[in-house]
Amino acid sequence: MSQTESSPVVTDDESPGSITDEDTPWVVLVWNDPINLMSYVVHVLQKLFGYSSEKATQLMLDVHHKGRAVVSNGNREKAELDVFRLHEFGLWATMQKDV
Amino acid sequence: MEVKIGEEERQLIGDLIDQLRELLLATSPEGKLDPSLRRLYPTAYVDDVRHEQEYQRSARDQLLERRLSHLDVVEATLNDAELDSDSVTAWITTVNDLRLVLGTHLDVSEDDESKILDSGEPQEQQQAIYHYLSHLLGEFVEAAGR
Repeated sequence: MSQTESSPVVTDDESPGSITDEDTPWVVLVWNDPINLMSYVVHVLQKLFGYSSEKATQLMLDVHHKGRAVVSNGNREKAELDVFRLHEFGLWATMQKDV
Repeated sequence: MEVKIGEEERQLIGDLIDQLRELLLATSPEGKLDPSLRRLYPTAYVDDVRHEQEYQRSARDQLLERRLSHLDVVEATLNDAELDSDSVTAWITTVNDLRLVLGTHLDVSEDDESKILDSGEPQEQQQAIYHYLSHLLGEFVEAAGR
């Protein structure tokens, strides 16, 4: 169920004069997958982002029921670091511009 | 953290670690990923090819390095009855990595030729190992949360 949505498909060319890359807000998404344990996802969200048990559990439930949840946001640099940390823990995380 | 893992299970984990290390090292940073490893190196940018390429170039190496160092920690503490918090993190991530690889492998299509973390064991045995690792991870996560 989870393998088909992750391939990059579209290039987003920026037109000259648009706001710079670093100013654009990005969101970090965690996607539902059939392997990671619910308790593990909660553990990782608490550990990486310092979320309370309640908030981490709610995010995990969103991932589980809605297929994905926004777990953090920020400029591109911060979002990429968050994605990397989630990848270190084996979560299926992606980032995209917040539109 | 106090860990109570049986002798046989520790041996199993040691074997799995060896296989995972071999598998990780068999993939060059820029090379094509074995299908079983794809969950270890996910896509970061879903709609931005240029940034995705840059990300993969730097992240693949760093993720590999981090995973290998965690494997080393687990190997070094394989028979320990007590683990400090850094070692617990290494155990948790390593056990989860093993689940990701094994779970992906069990899920890949039947005509896939690759034999990963599979030294001739039948599918049921791999399933049993997968379930054991899930149980172990659950215990670790629960203990780490206390």
